[in-house]
Amino acid sequence: MALFSPDLFLKQKVAAVQDYAILAGTAVVDVFTGPHYWADMFTQMDSIGVGSMPIIVLTGFFTGCVLALQSVTALQQFGAVSKTGSLVSLSMVKELGPVLTGLMVSGRNAAGMASELGSMKVTEQIDAMRALGTDPMRKLVAPRLIATVFMLFFLTIVADAFGIAGGALVSIYLEGLNGSSYLHSSYQSLIHGDIVQGLTKPLFSGFIIATVGCYFGMKTTGGTQGVGRSTTQAVVVSSVAIIVVDLLVTRAMIGIFGS
Amino acid sequence: MSEATSSSAAVMDLTDDKTPVVEFKDVTITFDVKPVLQNISFAVERGETLILLGPAGCGKSVLLKLANGLLRPDEGSIRIFGQEITTMRDRDLYPLRAHVGMVFQESALFDSLNVEDNVAYRLHEEHVPEEEAHARVVEALKFVELEQAIAKFPSELSGGMRRRVSIARAIISGPDLILYDSPTGGLDPITSTTIIELVMKQRDVSHTTSLLVTHRLQDAFTLATHRYDPAKGMVALPKDGPNRGVDETTKFLMLNEGSVVFHGTTEELVHSTDPWIKEYLE
Repeated sequence: MALFSPDLFLKQKVAAVQDYAILAGTAVVDVFTGPHYWADMFTQMDSIGVGSMPIIVLTGFFTGCVLALQSVTALQQFGAVSKTGSLVSLSMVKELGPVLTGLMVSGRNAAGMASELGSMKVTEQIDAMRALGTDPMRKLVAPRLIATVFMLFFLTIVADAFGIAGGALVSIYLEGLNGSSYLHSSYQSLIHGDIVQGLTKPLFSGFIIATVGCYFGMKTTGGTQGVGRSTTQAVVVSSVAIIVVDLLVTRAMIGIFGS
Repeated sequence: MSEATSSSAAVMDLTDDKTPVVEFKDVTITFDVKPVLQNISFAVERGETLILLGPAGCGKSVLLKLANGLLRPDEGSIRIFGQEITTMRDRDLYPLRAHVGMVFQESALFDSLNVEDNVAYRLHEEHVPEEEAHARVVEALKFVELEQAIAKFPSELSGGMRRRVSIARAIISGPDLILYDSPTGGLDPITSTTIIELVMKQRDVSHTTSLLVTHRLQDAFTLATHRYDPAKGMVALPKDGPNRGVDETTKFLMLNEGSVVFHGTTEELVHSTDPWIKEYLE
């Protein structure tokens, strides 16, 4: 018997993509059709949104600080230190805010979803739910999808704001730049397209985190070891997908807005 | 909503006639490349209790999940209350499942909900008023003699208590069919007897059609030979009546390596001359 069968491997991958597409498609349909489990959705919003706030604030703040520190050093060579605010705000709003927020929430919540649903799967709670007449897609997946997309949008705004604030703190108190100049250049450099680009990305990231997390959770087999495997896979796949989709969205936005 | 209502009405109509409650015809299911069940055919009439016996891994639990539409067969036909479920969409199956109660092997209680919310789960989904739901939960918990555990969480319960809560959850809506998946599996003999007595009580008080999976012969024969006396409120061993008091509505289906090797009454089973069955029973 062959140790590795390439055709079986490919078939499994294609089947996995197909299963994921079915789950994601069904979840989207469930979002737009009733019945909705509002209580579950608000619970998830609290868990994903409020629960992720500390890590998002810290990540955004310290990323802004480091960005300002690095920028000042680089811009000094060109005599353009006054552009530090512009560089920090553009980087945070267009790229770092959305991507880092997506990655942090992915690490926290895609893992949480995969392990929670995975545990329910291996202990037959998902089957019990179906046997009791409840559609687990509506009860478990749809509320998580709505909550993640909705809350990631606002978490990204929080990360952007704290990033710019962190950059301001470093620029003013460590590098001795003029605060008014920093904030003015931050504000002036941002145009409509930058904001749209920065706030479109979390919609995609939120969709990826929820659907990938739920997919690996719902497909868990193999007891507690399987739960651990699903959790790891959910974080890895959602993190990579967020970065790949970020590239695609960025390219599309440059095509639309031209910058 | 109207679709669901009409489906429920259809189920109720069909349970009133002579249609078998469960009917399998040439059902085959394969996992990966291994056939788990092959050409399974049997029917369960209304009020009948069918005990599924067989060695571990012969496909008993799979058969039960097929009966509830939780798994789909590769071939064959499965009819529940006269309705073909193999080709039914999931959303059409949900109203049908409102008439089916299921007790899972490891109880499958929702660990984030307390006993009351677990038992009332179906009632909450049906938007039954809170006061009525609470009263029905208390009634169901009294049936399984566990009303004192109403506020506890599954993690605070013993294995036997979990099974009893699971039974309460399955019977709370007064189902027309109950599926018990190894309700005594992994329990000590005394707790197993308690669970079997509850199954017997449900059979003899409500006359609910049921399928029960077990690999414990002792439980199966206790169920076939004993009766619950509602007047005395206890289980008794009848000495008289037809078939020496053996319950005629309790039948056996034996599986081995994914195929049916026996389907019949208790008397037919114990007098079977099939060498494999004789060896298994011994």
